[in-house]
Amino acid sequence: MNEAQRLVDLIPRLRRYARALVADRATADDLVQDTLERALAKLHLYRRGTDLRAWLFTVMHNVHVNRVRATRPMDILEDEMPELAQRPAQGDGLLVRDLERAIARLPADQRAVLLLVTLEEMSYEDVARTLAIPAGTVMSRLSRAREKVRLMMLGQSAAAKLKVVK
Amino acid sequence: MSEAPVIESELQAYADGRLDAVRSAAVEAWLAARPDQAERIAEYRRIAEELRATYDPVLDEPVPERLMQALRAPARWPRYAAVATWFALGIALGGLAGWQLHQTPRGVAPAADVGAVMARRAAIAHATYSPEVRHPVEVGADQEAHLVAWLSKRLGAPLRAPKLEAVGYSLVGGRLLPGDNGPVAHFMYQCKQGTRVTLYVRTEAMGNRETAFRYAKEGNVSVFYWVDRKLGYALSSADISKDDLFKVANAVYQQLNP
Repeated sequence: MNEAQRLVDLIPRLRRYARALVADRATADDLVQDTLERALAKLHLYRRGTDLRAWLFTVMHNVHVNRVRATRPMDILEDEMPELAQRPAQGDGLLVRDLERAIARLPADQRAVLLLVTLEEMSYEDVARTLAIPAGTVMSRLSRAREKVRLMMLGQSAAAKLKVVK
Repeated sequence: MSEAPVIESELQAYADGRLDAVRSAAVEAWLAARPDQAERIAEYRRIAEELRATYDPVLDEPVPERLMQALRAPARWPRYAAVATWFALGIALGGLAGWQLHQTPRGVAPAADVGAVMARRAAIAHATYSPEVRHPVEVGADQEAHLVAWLSKRLGAPLRAPKLEAVGYSLVGGRLLPGDNGPVAHFMYQCKQGTRVTLYVRTEAMGNRETAFRYAKEGNVSVFYWVDRKLGYALSSADISKDDLFKVANAVYQQLNP
């Protein structure tokens, strides 16, 4: 099977990751489309025999970072700055589930690690390679991401209870 | 029992089920003595499960055509021809290239026929009820919860009335209609200028199929229709362009597949 065919087979996985990464469906598919176009243009740089999936997710990561950088102030990308929820605010408020909201509020770097580990079930080494960060950083971001999501979910259920009491 | 020291990164790996048996047992022993930590790690596992439950369904969605297009440019590979042929077939059957079918071509023909019947019924319902001034619906949007519960009960499937404010339409209400496979739910929406679109929802006898968006025109009524597992949908309007109706259909599809 050649690389282009394997890229096709990886589209659903790219879409799943993109959907979790940017929350709204159309933007997620825009990201996938940009990624595929870029991957195809750069396919000659892919080294046969290495992990195509990791390579493709690296391309997506870079495309995503560039897209975010193009539309947002730089400081948003800093590790501890919460990225604004990218989901459009109107209309679907009720449909936004607690978990999706919590994921959207994670700093971008932490979100990427959590999603690659959880959804893609990538090994920690592959995550490190994909995001071009040290292995230790993968573990610390994973730990922080999970703890933040846990606390946000706790906070949300506490807030929901308060509302009922009132 | 002596305890081996456990570090945070091991707890993370344990949460991911990636420790070998020996370290896994050590972590379990460590957690057994620390209920707070055990609860924290258990919650991490629940979060991971919920994440997968939320996003794994994306894997089964039909891949939008534009994404296939993105890969088509310079490279030519065997499947390209198959996909193209298959797409031409979809268009020949009256389909519009909205979503790509995850289906073999053999499955397309009968599905299109059944769908075309639904589109026709939906167009007739639209033409019948949308001009009504005093009685456009049986139950109004002011009783939306009741409306949805009632229609869900009659169809025997959990329904939702999509919220279409983002594309300029608000719910007027709905009614129950007779259909080929049993009762049909009919929702009516209206924009500020008074233009109406109606959504016809029926249960699908075949179940668990998914089709692309297809387009049909019955008289002056345009219809986009599709099947998503157990339910068939047809969105009709006589007064807006195909493109505008497609936008609304898209919004309906997205709301029903969050």
